[in-house]
Amino acid sequence: MITITHYLVLSAILFTLGVVGVLVRRNAIIIFMCIELMLNAVNLSFVAFAHYLNSMQGQLFVFFTMTVAAAEAAVGLAIIVAVFRNKETVNIDDINIMKW
Amino acid sequence: MEAYLFYIVATIAVITGVYLIFERNPVFSALFLIQTMVCIAVLYILLEAQFIAAVQIIVYAGAIMVLFLFVIMLLNLNIKEESKNALPFQRIPAVVMGIVLFAAICMIIKSKLLQGKHGEYTTAYVNSVGNTKLIGNLLFTDYLLPFEITSILLFVAAIGAIMLAKRKL
Amino acid sequence: MLNLVALILLFPLIGTAINGLIGKRLRKETVGYVACGAVALSFLISILVFIGLLLLPPDARLFEKQLFTWIESGSFKSAAGLQVDPLSSLMILIVTGVGFLIHIYSIGYMHHDKGYHRYFCYLNLFTFSMLLLVLSNNFLLMFIGWEAVGLCSYLLIGFWFEKKSASNAAKKAFVVNRIGDFGFALAIMLIFLTFHSIDFTEVFSAASKGNFAVGSFSVTIITLLLFMGATGKSAQIPLYTWLPDALEGPTPVSALIHAATMVTAGVYMIARCNVLYMLSPFTMTVVASVGAVTALFAASIGLVQNDIKRVLAYSTISQLGYMFVACGVGAFTAGIFHLMTHAFFKALLFLGSGSVIHAMSGEQDMRKMGGLRHHIPTTYKTFLVGTVAIAGIPPFAGFFSKDEILLESLVRGNFFYWAIGALAAFFTAFYMFRLLFMTFHGKSRVDHHAAEHLHESPKNMTLPLTVLAGLSVVGGFLGIPGASAISNFLAPVFGEHGHTEISGAEAGGHHSAYLPYLMMVVSTAIAIAGIYLAYQMYIKKPEIPKKLAERFHLIYKLLLNKYYVDEIYDALFVNPIKKGSVQLWKQVDVRMIDGSVNGIARLVGRFGNALRYLQTGYVRNYAFYIVVGCICILVFAVLGR
Repeated sequence: MITITHYLVLSAILFTLGVVGVLVRRNAIIIFMCIELMLNAVNLSFVAFAHYLNSMQGQLFVFFTMTVAAAEAAVGLAIIVAVFRNKETVNIDDINIMKW
Repeated sequence: MEAYLFYIVATIAVITGVYLIFERNPVFSALFLIQTMVCIAVLYILLEAQFIAAVQIIVYAGAIMVLFLFVIMLLNLNIKEESKNALPFQRIPAVVMGIVLFAAICMIIKSKLLQGKHGEYTTAYVNSVGNTKLIGNLLFTDYLLPFEITSILLFVAAIGAIMLAKRKL
Repeated sequence: MLNLVALILLFPLIGTAINGLIGKRLRKETVGYVACGAVALSFLISILVFIGLLLLPPDARLFEKQLFTWIESGSFKSAAGLQVDPLSSLMILIVTGVGFLIHIYSIGYMHHDKGYHRYFCYLNLFTFSMLLLVLSNNFLLMFIGWEAVGLCSYLLIGFWFEKKSASNAAKKAFVVNRIGDFGFALAIMLIFLTFHSIDFTEVFSAASKGNFAVGSFSVTIITLLLFMGATGKSAQIPLYTWLPDALEGPTPVSALIHAATMVTAGVYMIARCNVLYMLSPFTMTVVASVGAVTALFAASIGLVQNDIKRVLAYSTISQLGYMFVACGVGAFTAGIFHLMTHAFFKALLFLGSGSVIHAMSGEQDMRKMGGLRHHIPTTYKTFLVGTVAIAGIPPFAGFFSKDEILLESLVRGNFFYWAIGALAAFFTAFYMFRLLFMTFHGKSRVDHHAAEHLHESPKNMTLPLTVLAGLSVVGGFLGIPGASAISNFLAPVFGEHGHTEISGAEAGGHHSAYLPYLMMVVSTAIAIAGIYLAYQMYIKKPEIPKKLAERFHLIYKLLLNKYYVDEIYDALFVNPIKKGSVQLWKQVDVRMIDGSVNGIARLVGRFGNALRYLQTGYVRNYAFYIVVGCICILVFAVLGR
């Protein structure tokens, strides 16, 4: 029998993978994709809770999260494009002038 | 049956996730991410959230990831680009921290901190009305204001993206 | 009518507000009218209040008006209240009356000054403060007035603050007054501790009930501290040095503040506290001795000064000394009487000297005057009246009051007070007539430039002179021996001890009945002797002074340099304090205070400098910190339950 714990642990694994990806990768686009993975992991736990608690609110929240993710992806990718135009790179280690 | 399906899909999702973060080529990374999302869509169906599963495929795997691929190809990135590594010493602590984070989340799950109230939307009831119809009803009644605000958010995001990406206005 | 008393204070305050706030935009005439009108209204109401007081039976002549509760803290309570009794009603008449005349005089005197409205603003403020001082019904409110007149004095001495000497004089007056005020403030605290009240009525009734033995320690300390305040404000030894310098202010100010009113505040205060002083014979001795020494000391300096205003300043100090002698021997009535007559003739003399200076285009050195009586006749006549009055020739005002003081000092005090007082009176007659002769008589020593501009002062300056001259003539008749109106009037305040009845046999058992009349003759003779000497030296044989100065070179030099008191004070107090302050500034302020502030700032800077390297600029680094933070929060959420 699959319980909510299974789903939550899977969600935790995917989320952690996303976090590690953000921490170790330097390509801005891949970091972005890792963020999307984290969002998906959270969405999964939302839907799992909704299912096991007989509620619709989790599903509605996923709906909104997706909208925000879409908006974020659009703006974020536009920023990456703009940065690439200026610096000819998407390696975030090259973009470090905001310091001291 | 359901349990087997869950284990298979979950395994695929985790493996593709691992590939996502360790793949050098961004295009492959994107494809692995799409694979993960499809797996999650399958899980949504297992959780009887058919509408969300469909949206997951259409919006996430379809629209957003295609956008990613577009940008990757637009910038014509190759593998050598990711050359400079300013923080090589952060790699191992990052993985360790990831494991610790996972452990912490598992502690939360185990600690029964996450308790919720049971609602009235039982599976039988949802199935008798229809998942999509219920979501639509809720969106246009109880959640009308957030729904409309979302539209404004998307609108603003579109304008922002155009502003940022355009060379000259 | 007595209820109007608050209005007396209100009008000058309104005048101050108008001239101070919008005076710059008003025309000069308006400014003058506002200021004079305010004091005139005050004067009229003072007269009404005075009449109202006269209508009461003598024993009931005490009216208190509580305005509001001012401070209430624990057992300490101070109301803002006004008190009208014979003493304060007399004082408000003097202050507003003389003040009004001087305001009118100022319109002419200050006409060309660009700080016209500022001047009248200060002058009205001064009138207000002085009225507050004399009308208050408790020590604290009196202290406020006391401080406020000090402030006005500072502002007016430094009125021409562009002049270095004026601003220095103002500072000196302020600082020296502070020393006295320190004593006064301590006295108020001690009064509260001793009597548990600072209300005049309560304190004096507690004191007179006999709860305190004569000579009791606490009362002695209180009265000594009060006297310390009085020496500051009334320019007695050792705090008199500010008064001669105070003449840097405009002459009408010298007349109003530094001759007629403010400097008498100390005398007023001692007279007000007569009940306390009577309990402390030791303090009385101190008061009388200081007064006597000051009277002689200042008079001797006045003998040789050449600046016309400086002579008057030392004469003021000397006359104040007389008042303190009177208070010190317990003859408070005589002191207040002399205060009143002195206000008349000293205001007259100062205003007259102002008129002379006005005519001489600002020249103050008497050696460059002479023979002025033909050029400025009105000033001369009035000045003559003032001089005769201060010298003590009957029947002018000064004669009666000074004679009374000398008599009282002999009857109640001892021979030394009398001898010193008589010597000082001789000096007074001499230097005042020296001043008169040098200024108005003899050959003209005026230089050509000034001589061309010699002119009598305008009407609004001579009119106050005439009025004051009239007062100087008749003022003394209020205190004719034997039928003294003023002593009867003041009797409720001073009780039976304020005045010695000199109607025959009552004049003290062991003194013969004709003593008062003998004294009158003696003091008149002293005055005439002084005048004669001055006449001989400065009219008949003008070469004598020079010879004397050469013969007694040392003494002359000593007197001319005012006994070097200023220099001694500089060496003893001013310079050490200055040096100490510089040390404090350099060591304590710069090193310790600034150092610690800067040190803390530098420490914070160091920390910031060290911590800023956490800002690497690498986004992944920040993400790592975020993850660590998240883990901490999660762990805390689990374990912290």
